[in-house]
Amino acid sequence: MELADFERLLGVWSKPVKNEVEKGAIRKFADAIGDPNPLYHDETYAAQSRFGRLVAPPTFSRTFDYGVIPGLEMPTEGLIHGEMSYTYHKPILAGDVLYASFALTDVKERAGKLGRMILLVFTYKVENEAGEIVQEAKSTVIYRPEGGGAK
Amino acid sequence: MTAKRYQPGDHLTPLTKPPVTKIQLVKYSGASGDFNPIHTVEEFAKEAGLGGVIAHGMLTMGFVAQMLTDEIGEQGDLLSFGVRFVDMVRPGDIITCDGVVQEVKEEEGYQVVTCDVWAQKSPGDVRVVQGTATFRKPLA
Repeated sequence: MELADFERLLGVWSKPVKNEVEKGAIRKFADAIGDPNPLYHDETYAAQSRFGRLVAPPTFSRTFDYGVIPGLEMPTEGLIHGEMSYTYHKPILAGDVLYASFALTDVKERAGKLGRMILLVFTYKVENEAGEIVQEAKSTVIYRPEGGGAK
Repeated sequence: MTAKRYQPGDHLTPLTKPPVTKIQLVKYSGASGDFNPIHTVEEFAKEAGLGGVIAHGMLTMGFVAQMLTDEIGEQGDLLSFGVRFVDMVRPGDIITCDGVVQEVKEEEGYQVVTCDVWAQKSPGDVRVVQGTATFRKPLA
């Protein structure tokens, strides 16, 4: 895809996808990071905390399915993850049923030292069953159409 | 118990992680669903010109998140957290996360703390992730 193809997709949101937050998925995710926080691992401990259930670590929403933007074909090579940011509105807890969607919200082309780069900004949204916003995230991905680099 | 009062210039409690391992990258791929082979398949990563597998940027961000949630404690909340990925992390690298308080406000019984955060790798002490975070902790 070229700049103009990405530009046509600006602001087109994926259809929200239902994601169920599983305690096993939280434990595995925390385990991969090597984070022993009992709120992520120990149900009895979490039950006595103000959260009442196992809590998801701050970057856990990376694991969600955000659906498909119709017409978007992301290259699988030549991508670099440039930036990631989160705004947290509510905690994500084991057992939550959440709806996740995303859109391409900005695209720019730059001439870099290593060739042409396309900067893609994706905005991610996670809502609960009541339609309340739980978390928002923004990810900047650098795509070098001529290849090179890695995610 | 009196909660710690943050002041601009205060360091957060740094977190040094055990060396990143290839097994960890396989585990993070599985746990996160990011199966890009540059993180797990040595031949693929070499062909891509990387000289070998590299860690997911999001794994290092997860380390910084661990430092933050340890700092914040169970009564506090992380409000926002963002980073730029500035250098690559490879198996064997030892990552240390750190942060410095930039601004402190008081709001409705909470102190709201904004800080610069980063992760650096050893050897070399090169910053690999650089960002900011805002959290709140009860004043009492």
